[in-house]
Amino acid sequence: MDQRTLSHLRALEAESIHILREVAAEFQKPVMLYSIGKDSSVMVRLAQKAFHPGPIPFPLLHIDTTYKFKEMIAFRDDFVKSIGAELIVHTNTEAIEAGANPFALGTQRCCALLKTKALLDALKAGGYDAAFGGARRDEEKSRAKERIYSFRDEFGQWDPKSQRPELWNIYNARVEKGESIRVFPLSNWTEADVWTYIQIEKIPIVPLYYAKEREMVVRHGQLIPVENNMELSADEKPQMVMSRMRSLGCTFCTGAIRSQATTLTQIVTELTEFRRSERENRIIDHDTEGSMEMKKREGYF
Amino acid sequence: MIEESKELLRFSTAGSVDDGKSTLIGRLLLETNAVYEDQLAAVRKSGINRSTGPIDLSLLTDGLRAEREQGITIDVAYRYFQTPRRKFIIADTPGHEQYTRNMATGASNADLAIVLIDARKGVLPQSKRHAFIASLLGIPHVVVAINKMDLVDFRKSVFERIMSEFRAFAAELKIPFVEFIPVSALDGDNIVTKSARTPWFEGRPLLEYLETVSVDAGRNFTDLRFPVQYVIRPNLDFRGFAGELSSGVLKPGDTVMALPSGRTSKVKSLPSFDGPLTEAFAPMSVTVELEDEIDLSRGDMLVDPRCMPHVSRRLEAHVVWMQETPLEAGKPYLLKHTTQTVAAQVTEIRHRVDINTLAKQHTEQLGLNEIGLVQIEAKRPLFYDIYRSNRSTGGFILIDPETNATAGAGMITEAAWAGGDRRKQSGLQLGEGVLTPAERYKRNGHYPVTIWLTARKELAYLLERRLFDRGCQVHVLADDHESNLLPELASVLNHAGVIAICSISSADSAELERASHTLDRFVAIDPSEVSTNDDKAANVILSRLEQQGFLPSEISFASGEGI
Ligand SMILES: Nc1nc2c(ncn2[C@@H]2O[C@H](COP(=O)(O)OP(=O)(O)O)[C@@H](O)[C@H]2O)c(=O)[nH]1
Repeated sequence: MDQRTLSHLRALEAESIHILREVAAEFQKPVMLYSIGKDSSVMVRLAQKAFHPGPIPFPLLHIDTTYKFKEMIAFRDDFVKSIGAELIVHTNTEAIEAGANPFALGTQRCCALLKTKALLDALKAGGYDAAFGGARRDEEKSRAKERIYSFRDEFGQWDPKSQRPELWNIYNARVEKGESIRVFPLSNWTEADVWTYIQIEKIPIVPLYYAKEREMVVRHGQLIPVENNMELSADEKPQMVMSRMRSLGCTFCTGAIRSQATTLTQIVTELTEFRRSERENRIIDHDTEGSMEMKKREGYF
Repeated sequence: MIEESKELLRFSTAGSVDDGKSTLIGRLLLETNAVYEDQLAAVRKSGINRSTGPIDLSLLTDGLRAEREQGITIDVAYRYFQTPRRKFIIADTPGHEQYTRNMATGASNADLAIVLIDARKGVLPQSKRHAFIASLLGIPHVVVAINKMDLVDFRKSVFERIMSEFRAFAAELKIPFVEFIPVSALDGDNIVTKSARTPWFEGRPLLEYLETVSVDAGRNFTDLRFPVQYVIRPNLDFRGFAGELSSGVLKPGDTVMALPSGRTSKVKSLPSFDGPLTEAFAPMSVTVELEDEIDLSRGDMLVDPRCMPHVSRRLEAHVVWMQETPLEAGKPYLLKHTTQTVAAQVTEIRHRVDINTLAKQHTEQLGLNEIGLVQIEAKRPLFYDIYRSNRSTGGFILIDPETNATAGAGMITEAAWAGGDRRKQSGLQLGEGVLTPAERYKRNGHYPVTIWLTARKELAYLLERRLFDRGCQVHVLADDHESNLLPELASVLNHAGVIAICSISSADSAELERASHTLDRFVAIDPSEVSTNDDKAANVILSRLEQQGFLPSEISFASGEGI
């Protein structure tokens, strides 16, 4: 490559920083969804870069279902403190108090209450007109068609049929009161890009991504971590498995993968050998064909 | 680190329904290991197979549920794959007539376009349309993939006939690079490796071509354009101007001019999270700290004073219309260009382009998916270049203020520079010549502009002297002895790069109206606005020219920098 060619990662970085600044400049009250996962970690790093030497000019918002890994919460609090960002945590306490969990309600209903509703409530309460999310287009088919600025009506709903055309690096930020935009600065990143960037930038990530002996049960062919007092059936025996998380979510609904990768280099190498997509280990996505699209229409990220 | 040094190539794809576009993309993804087993399993599980192969590759890229039910792809979708050399982003866009807007959207960021042609059908009106949109959106490379070669026995004559037919058409379009590849997306011929079934084919297989085609076309490191996006001001000691370089290079010590103020300063530093940069180039997103405290905010632009963009409220552009409500002259729109959003209106629709024949048609409005050449007038000056020479500063969107929808996309054309068409209306026709306004600017160090002064002859000559002493090319036209064609004469002077000062003996509103309509850069001085003292009035007028960006501010002349 000649001297003035950006590598693909630096080109993606430049594009993402442009998006972050554009939103900060054009919206009254942006917020960044922070899920604690690897994509969020990259997104936060990009925000630090975008506004350096100033602080990140918007808060981070974590939707806590209370069923996250303990390691995630500990990491979240340390990380946010170390970079001096403002963190808002929101939980649908009403639903939790009423006993919401995926076993009682099914994963779809549980997600609808603890994630989608919690998110919509938090966005409304904060009066946010733009919310960043770390979703990537390579994750799932319905994402592949979503714009970088994804327009949501006053109910936070997405209409795949009436998306605004998006040309060049010019984004249409016009919304009426009550309407909002979900913004995906990592749209054009792939899973491999995210990991390679974490590696070259030395971005801190939750230790759950590294392989370790962890207590697991096998359920519906998936390795499910035994956490958050998960109830086990009689024939389920917890066992220690050398494993790691490929993507993070609620403990009940996130499958682990068997892995020996204990370093970033090993994770990146392992990635090139994967024959299965990262979302496969998320139980919520393939409840039904096209389930992600339906959730997004309802207001899910 | 191998991963880090990959290049990025963005391409778009277009084809008519059933030409095999989804199959081709599915094939590229499959061959580059971008498809996971569970995704393949989902395709098998769907029970659908419209192909004659073992698995329907087209389903890998089929998007949303609603669309899948209709059996068609209807929007732009993005796909990703990589090889050891490059990462690829595909903007997958459909080829139906009603979806011109999607193709334009997908093409806007593309370095390359793949246009699919079914070998059995040959060049269809749609194929021409795809090539036209690719050229309109300034894509430097077009690959014509002649697909389903297996169904025509891989005959060389079929390939050659389609190639020469397409070439004849593409010649009109000024696409810099066109490549033809005979393929079978279904069987994989000439996708990754050269097919034994086309021994007569001398070119490279598709993937190899995508991996090696130059991505330099369209990159511009000569004309500095830095639209200010956001001001970073954590404390009183630091003020950084953040933005993405549209084109050009920036280094500490470089002299830059701020538009619209015309003030110049030097780059003090390029601070970044990873330490100060020694150089920044397009399309990096950076932060610039300047030596001087000059007033700059979002929507302003830093440029190299030796090669300025066009500064004008008027422009002429090809517009692709993207919403149901038609474009009409006189309606208010919001124009978003780089980091500026300004109120604007279309003053004239010059013609509509028939995208099948390229014929120009007279029209009063542009409907959804139609393309036309229009003239636009904005409330504030824009800093722009011709789209062909700079995609970042030559493109804009139009927003409908009633619905907030993105109503259209515009590509600024050359004609705006010469302003020739308005002159034609006034009975005066100026040739385009070989010299560009940019070259004249570079020589003269200022824009040609016309200053309209009523009943202030002394002031006119004083201004001429002052401008001349500042190194400007300037000439006074006085209506008492020149003629009654001042606007037209001024337009000739401006065309030649010269500042015209029109001295009118008594107020003539018809003449003034004609001048403001004829002239691109026009400053009328309201007598009540300036002092009766010539000296003071001249100062006011000069600083106004500076403020509007027509003249560089005097500081830079004094220090003799860059001009
Ligand atoms: N014989 C043959 N059939 C093909 C080829 N490419 C695509 N097809 C078939 O043509 C039909 C339309 O293909 P599809 O990819 O869905 O077309 P699209 O509408 O352009 O996306 C399907 O039945 C494909 O299997 C090819 O190279 N050879």
